Amino acid sequence: MHNTRQATATQNASGLIATNLEKRYGDRHVVSNVSITVKPGEIVGLLGPNGAGKTTTVSMICGIVEADSGSVFIAGMDTNDGFATKRRIGLVPQDLALYENLSALQNLELFGALYGLSGDLLKSRTVEALALVGLSDRAKDKPATFSGGMKRRLNIAITLVHDPEVLILDEPTVGIDPQSRNAIFDNLETLKAHGKAIIYTTHYMEEAERLCDRIVIMDHGKVIASDSLANLYKQLPASQTLEIECDNLPDLAALRKVEGVTDAVLASVPAVKPDANRNADPDHEPQADQTMAKAVNQTTSKIKISLNDLSTDAAKVLVWLGVQGIRVNRVSSGRANLESLFLTLTGRQLRD
Amino acid sequence: MYNTVSALKALVRKDIILFFSNRRSLLITIAAPILIAAFFGNLMSPKSATISKVPVAVVDLDRSPLSTKITTALAADTAFDVSTPPKAEATELVRKGKLRAMIVLPAGFGANAPRALFSGGDNKNLPQIDIHYDPSQSMVLGLVRGVLSQHVMEEVSQSVFGGGAAGAINPVIEDLRAQVAASTTRPDLKRDLAEMFDSIAKVQIQVKAQAQTNSSGVSQPDGSKSAGGFSFSLPFKTEAIEVTSEFDKKYNGYAQSFAGMSVQFVLFMGIDFGIALLLARRLGLWKRFRAAPISRATLLGGSILSCTLIATFVMAIVFSVAMAVFGVRVEGSMAGFLGLIVTFGLLTATFGLLIAAVGKTPEATRGLAVLATLLMVMLGGAWVPSFLFPDWLQTVSLAVPTRWAIDGLAAMTWRGLGIEAALKPILAMLGFSALFGGLAIWQFDWDE
Repeated sequence: MHNTRQATATQNASGLIATNLEKRYGDRHVVSNVSITVKPGEIVGLLGPNGAGKTTTVSMICGIVEADSGSVFIAGMDTNDGFATKRRIGLVPQDLALYENLSALQNLELFGALYGLSGDLLKSRTVEALALVGLSDRAKDKPATFSGGMKRRLNIAITLVHDPEVLILDEPTVGIDPQSRNAIFDNLETLKAHGKAIIYTTHYMEEAERLCDRIVIMDHGKVIASDSLANLYKQLPASQTLEIECDNLPDLAALRKVEGVTDAVLASVPAVKPDANRNADPDHEPQADQTMAKAVNQTTSKIKISLNDLSTDAAKVLVWLGVQGIRVNRVSSGRANLESLFLTLTGRQLRD
Repeated sequence: MYNTVSALKALVRKDIILFFSNRRSLLITIAAPILIAAFFGNLMSPKSATISKVPVAVVDLDRSPLSTKITTALAADTAFDVSTPPKAEATELVRKGKLRAMIVLPAGFGANAPRALFSGGDNKNLPQIDIHYDPSQSMVLGLVRGVLSQHVMEEVSQSVFGGGAAGAINPVIEDLRAQVAASTTRPDLKRDLAEMFDSIAKVQIQVKAQAQTNSSGVSQPDGSKSAGGFSFSLPFKTEAIEVTSEFDKKYNGYAQSFAGMSVQFVLFMGIDFGIALLLARRLGLWKRFRAAPISRATLLGGSILSCTLIATFVMAIVFSVAMAVFGVRVEGSMAGFLGLIVTFGLLTATFGLLIAAVGKTPEATRGLAVLATLLMVMLGGAWVPSFLFPDWLQTVSLAVPTRWAIDGLAAMTWRGLGIEAALKPILAMLGFSALFGGLAIWQFDWDE
């Protein structure tokens, strides 16, 4: 009974639901038990180092690679049921998958026709797709004459011509300038606003942080984290930080007891180069901070304070310092990022 | 169904636009076979063959009337371009390849050759004519032997049986009579031979006298000047008649060369087609195709269909030029001809697909594919007609699809055969297409 209800719920759901995807090549387990859900109007970032299984996962969702097990539902329809689901998916490959010697318009017409479009509908869709990516005035030109950024935008437009409900973009901004990248981000935000369910595969953390509502992190073929950005940061020991320069060194042990403070360390002192490794060491000895600070002129000190929530806890720290009679010369805030999250989760850099 | 048809149309349209958009490649695909076929066709046309005489030297060490006559007869032969340099110089010219052969008439040939006519095959007394030839042109040797034999036999027979000066007995006959008398031949045979020589001498005297009368202007009773004229010559004459589509049609060497070159360059186009599929895979285009709602059959079918159409188009254009400029005609069945070029287009498409299926990278695949194609066209008779191959190679080359294509095209053009002569090549090429296509589908890597 419960299974029936679950199946019905899956079938009624819109967007993308991929469940327990598995893929082996011989003895190599490339994708293991991967599940991803993307709702309409949501962008989900798929992150992971090379060889993590992202492309294979995406290929299984698109029907390019057959999954050993698991299921993919698009708008409530099983992808195994035929071509109907393929018409609802649009894949933007990492490579510039377009014909350089066909005009932009001809490229769109070709792939539109493969998705069953013809006549006026095909014509209007090609016009809309080119307009969305800002290439209307270059419709009759061949991509061979385009800049890298324009080719990337055309690469996306080709995928949009059949108006898919689910968009999968595999590193769509590789090798382009910041201006073109911003233009693509604008396009994606527009598509998101139009209710598209988007999977965005990338290596660039700042892209995922800017665009994605949720992040799925893969490593060695498995999902190692999947949540909203805010919730993922909470998994970090120091997700948000406050750096303070003050005239006198406060009592760091007392500071650590302030509400919302999870840690407080001496970041640097004048005339002494900070030891980055030491400061990053969560097992540091507070006593050692005091010793080090006393060893030098204590007129200015920089303290790095880790907080639960920067927006609410920063004020409490500043009030506490004021009560302690410590004059604050400079305040700066910082956040942990996905790089550090990945490092925390796997012990490796994302680009390893 | 509608989507399959529209997808097929889109795929074919795409390939055709791409083919025509690359004008340089288009020019090479069409112009190259025309230019090369024109060159080979010109070499192989009958007109060229009559112009090209075999350069031969005759070294006359005898300087007798008989050897002089033989030299003159050889020089007059249309097969030879005869020169008469000294022996050392002629040898050097043969060595350098300037002359194909040198014929050396030995001293004493004029005296010994008539006697040898009645030697009963006694090799010890036969005069020997040496033929020095260029080993790189060994096929000329047979021609030289044949033409030389003809003229030597003609002149020696004439000298023996044709008679000497008017009113005089032929000295050759006198010499033969003395030779027989001195021999140890049985007396009855000696007597018979002497009677034969007498008869020959009698006829010769009468013929010479008659010839003198004719030359002085005295007419015969019937008014003929040549009545009673008599000379010895070869007992036959020959006339070469080309067996082509019709009795009065000339063989067109261009038909054979255009068949060979169009097959070669269309197969090269097939390689480009296969490489393009590999490049599409590398560029991620294949992912787009695979992600689209079209079947594998539609995807491969579209590629095969477009390549077949383009290959057929190229063949048609090349043969149109051959017909318009070089006089090539489809003397046989037009339906058979069209069937052959369409089937060869299909063969080219499946060959290209096989290349895409077994090839790993475009760079590595191109070299191997070109080598395989060159071997196929060479064995198929594109460069040298297969009828010039040794017997064993003619048999082996039946396992090569290009042999069927070229033979079929030759049958429909200059041989002027009916559609039944096209059916076997068409069936053979369909078989090869099925084989190539089957292997390609079996080997095709669908996973990305």
